[in-house]
Amino acid sequence: MWLSLGIVFSLGMLIPGKLSLKLQYDRDQVLHIVPETFQQVQHLQLLHSTLLLDLWKPLMPEDITAGEDLHIRVPAPLVQEVKDSLDQHMISYRVLIPDVQELADLSMPRERSSHKQVREGYVYTQYHPMEEIYEWMTQIQENYSELVTQNFLGMTFENRPMYYLQISQPSNKPKKIIWMDCGIHAREWISPAFCQWFVKEILQNYKSDPKIRRFLQHLDLYVLPVLNIDGYIYSWKTDRLWRKNRSPYMNGTCYGTDLNRNFNSSWGSIGVSFDCSSNVFCGSEPESEPETRAVAEFIRRKKSDIACFLTIHSYGQLILSPYGSTTKPPSNNEELMQVGKKAAAALTGKYGTSYKVGPPSLILYNNSGSSRDWAHMIGIPLSYTFELRDNGTYGFLLPADQIQPTCEETMLAVTTIMDYVYQEYLPGGAVVLTCSSLALSLCLSIVLTWTVY
Amino acid sequence: MELPPAQFPSRRAAAVAVAFLRYRRGGPGRALRLRELRRARTEDIKDVGHKYYLELELEDVLDKDSTVNCTAEVLYHLGNKNIAPDVQFTLEGELKSTEEADHVFYTRIRSLEKELVAENIPDSHGHVPPELEPLHLLAWVASGYLVWQNSTENTQLQLAQIKHVKQVRRSDEYLQFDYLVLLHEMVSQEIIPWEMTVLWHPRDGVRVTRESRQPGHTSG
Repeated sequence: MWLSLGIVFSLGMLIPGKLSLKLQYDRDQVLHIVPETFQQVQHLQLLHSTLLLDLWKPLMPEDITAGEDLHIRVPAPLVQEVKDSLDQHMISYRVLIPDVQELADLSMPRERSSHKQVREGYVYTQYHPMEEIYEWMTQIQENYSELVTQNFLGMTFENRPMYYLQISQPSNKPKKIIWMDCGIHAREWISPAFCQWFVKEILQNYKSDPKIRRFLQHLDLYVLPVLNIDGYIYSWKTDRLWRKNRSPYMNGTCYGTDLNRNFNSSWGSIGVSFDCSSNVFCGSEPESEPETRAVAEFIRRKKSDIACFLTIHSYGQLILSPYGSTTKPPSNNEELMQVGKKAAAALTGKYGTSYKVGPPSLILYNNSGSSRDWAHMIGIPLSYTFELRDNGTYGFLLPADQIQPTCEETMLAVTTIMDYVYQEYLPGGAVVLTCSSLALSLCLSIVLTWTVY
Repeated sequence: MELPPAQFPSRRAAAVAVAFLRYRRGGPGRALRLRELRRARTEDIKDVGHKYYLELELEDVLDKDSTVNCTAEVLYHLGNKNIAPDVQFTLEGELKSTEEADHVFYTRIRSLEKELVAENIPDSHGHVPPELEPLHLLAWVASGYLVWQNSTENTQLQLAQIKHVKQVRRSDEYLQFDYLVLLHEMVSQEIIPWEMTVLWHPRDGVRVTRESRQPGHTSG
């Protein structure tokens, strides 16, 4: 009893400060662990530092000792991952607090306004700040838990968690992955707006739309709504036209790497600057930035299952295929152009918005280190950058009343590409078809031969 | 030599032509933009520079159904990058008159008790208050001058935002607005602050009388 009171008291002390920053602790858990060996201590210290868990007792990771109580708060999306890791290392644990927010609510009523918005119906036709997007992701996972998981990708430079949503219908069939990331450039606000719209459209319609149902039987969708979180927040609070991330260089006198010049695709060769003050500064080396690394490490791990890599930008009304660093066409250029043009045509069909298709080296400008080029170079066959509306009239400051039409038309382009992946890239699908046609023609030729004789 | 219209050299030249045209024919009631680049041809003129021959379809921002065809020539000079490209154009047909809207705007500004001041147009969410729309268009038209004067084959400039605008009362019949605008240069992705003084009268059109590029935008 004294222990619980002590915890509530400490929460009462901790929470007010934290609530003023509008953090939520829904379904966060506090685990009680008594490490038995030095190896277990080391593993717990590793978990703490890589996932940035919240140590309640002891206060410092170096004070974690075998035989001594450890109390650690695990954010809700990480709970399963942490428990799996503990099980794997045979570290026993007890759930001390199953829902930190519930307990906190006992000591202090929380601000409900931003939470209310998500419950009553998220407004997809407005731009949202990062904290609302974090809440939206949690709410989406909750509302569609049979299909959606929110997964941790890595930490940004300013120590914010990067999450992607995995939309996946449970199945024993092998699946191909479609990856889509938004917001790699901070000022391109229509991009994260599209990722949120896309997720909403898929989830709200998968029960009623047979096409989406079919997609989800064989395709997993991985959506990263905001890649450059620090930059996005900076564009809301300080500089609306900021582009890069927020990592410091030159002793903190200069900020930000252009994340779309930081990938390991002919890195540093063309269309970049090595001067940190430039908006196309490519970083100190390929994948120098934590945001780039978080994405690259994940894509590398999953690359044999990824059929399509989409990265969403603005503005310019373009569907860009590889490459930016050379005009030499990629091996499957015909396919890339054909699918890209089909997608652009579907888009134009909605409101007449005209898009151009092709490699940036021909239709935009030379650049190196882009995520799209890198994805293709490591073997992902369909890799595109979308540059959404408009053509410069409003540029980055696209009016919110254009969010809906932009997202609706872009949706048609993306589903055209998904359809192509479904037709051509399903695991075993095409092969099975070929085999059965082969078998059929063999049978037929045998029958015919017998008939003739 | 015929050029594919989708490729960037012809698109950059078209952007320069349209910027120049917008400046010459625009006002607070009319801003023309490119709807489609239909054809492009390039010619290398020895010891002079690169010339582009363009067939364009333009539309009026305020009336998207109103389109006009246009042919234009853009000559980028060799060597000295400080010389603006030469631009010539021919519009096919008449542009709709903006006399009434111009008169309304002119009288409204002249009758203001206090000089007009505004900032961040559009705002972060792309919103422009309706009463400031003519000021927004005027800036876009005037920035056509900045774009024309400062373009090379390796740049693509656009107006990104009006940071600040201040009306300056004059003793003559002209309206004067001192703007601080932000230009977006697509190839370097830089945001360039630029001051410009814009004069306008319904009869005379738009004139940029003073302009000054400001030191770098990166706030660090």
